[in-house]
Amino acid sequence: MKRYVKYALIVLLIGTFVITVAFVPTAYSLSDAYKNNIYNPGILKPTDSVLKVKVGKPAPDFTLKAVSGDAVSLKQYLGKKNVVISFVPAAWTPVCSDQWPGYNIVKDMFDQYDAVLLGITVDNIPTLFSWTNQMGKLWFPVLSDFWPHGRVAKKYGVLRSDGTSERALFVIDKKGIIRYIDVHDINKRPPLEDLIRELEKLK
Amino acid sequence: MKKIRALYFIVIITVCIFTYSLSLAGSPPAVGGTLPDIKLSMPKDMADKNYLGLGLFGFGSFKIPEIKARLVIVEIFSMYCPYCQREAPNVNQLYAKIEQNPSLKGKIKIIGIGVGNTSYEVGTFKKKYNVSFPLFDDADYIIHKMVGEVRTPYFIGVKMNPDGSHQVIYSKLGEMEGVDQFLATMTRLSGLQ
Repeated sequence: MKRYVKYALIVLLIGTFVITVAFVPTAYSLSDAYKNNIYNPGILKPTDSVLKVKVGKPAPDFTLKAVSGDAVSLKQYLGKKNVVISFVPAAWTPVCSDQWPGYNIVKDMFDQYDAVLLGITVDNIPTLFSWTNQMGKLWFPVLSDFWPHGRVAKKYGVLRSDGTSERALFVIDKKGIIRYIDVHDINKRPPLEDLIRELEKLK
Repeated sequence: MKKIRALYFIVIITVCIFTYSLSLAGSPPAVGGTLPDIKLSMPKDMADKNYLGLGLFGFGSFKIPEIKARLVIVEIFSMYCPYCQREAPNVNQLYAKIEQNPSLKGKIKIIGIGVGNTSYEVGTFKKKYNVSFPLFDDADYIIHKMVGEVRTPYFIGVKMNPDGSHQVIYSKLGEMEGVDQFLATMTRLSGLQ
């Protein structure tokens, strides 16, 4: 009988923990800029893909269409600029909606390390257009990896099983070599200092 | 005997988790009420310590009602929030107007709390917008949960009473509706004018 009581209490403990995680609200996409337009998918599996690239190896090239209408290729920066690629999972979702506005106020830091930023999601251009309009004027190109769906994300190994991408950062030097990869917990924003520390190493 | 001890242990842990989760989930500070039990790290910067009247040798943490002022304006912001970025020059202007007015200087103090921001990120915001008043970080959203996970920017006005108690006199989401109007509202609600 005591054993049943023990099991019941263990279930209660686990249940309380699950309720705590599920119902204590988590603080995401805080800005009033988005009003109530952010869809909250809840807590997701932190990562859900297998990387296909490595630090020290060349970054696969790609060409994607930007919200501005221009086509942007990775190889256009070869020998000219360091490149930071920021994959975010999806437009109009938590965390993603405030990650890029943060990068938007630190252009001087990117300039200091002779780096450009390329923002990529698997959303289509009209969606990215409406979403990024809420962020103010962005200084960096926002690229659509919508069709063929997530081709670039897949090439890098950051396409999740539900068709979104990971929240991932890649730092690529002027020789086109990957110097840093952070496939971050999708539910959390990568601290700015971690990225800046990696850019400092490129000097 | 060991089994009973284990059972007690499980029950205690369960109660602790439940109580902790409830304590985290706050609601936005209500006008007429008091602030939740927010603890802020003592500023390292002497000028900030001096501005807040916390004593030059203070260390550890402090609570907002300990700030030496008649009224404290708390801005809940984030480095990552476009509206907070847009509002930063206006809040700087508000600070300047208070500091330049002899009847308000020393009586109204402003602080900012960067929710979900690391110390580095708060520092980046402070440098970017040349913010002169003290900013604090809330990297783990602990304070943000205590104030009901409000969207940003969010302004809270806290009136300090002579008996040491305090009262929330303003609690509102969104940008200020003009610096002069906001300041007039604050001085009126706090009884400073």
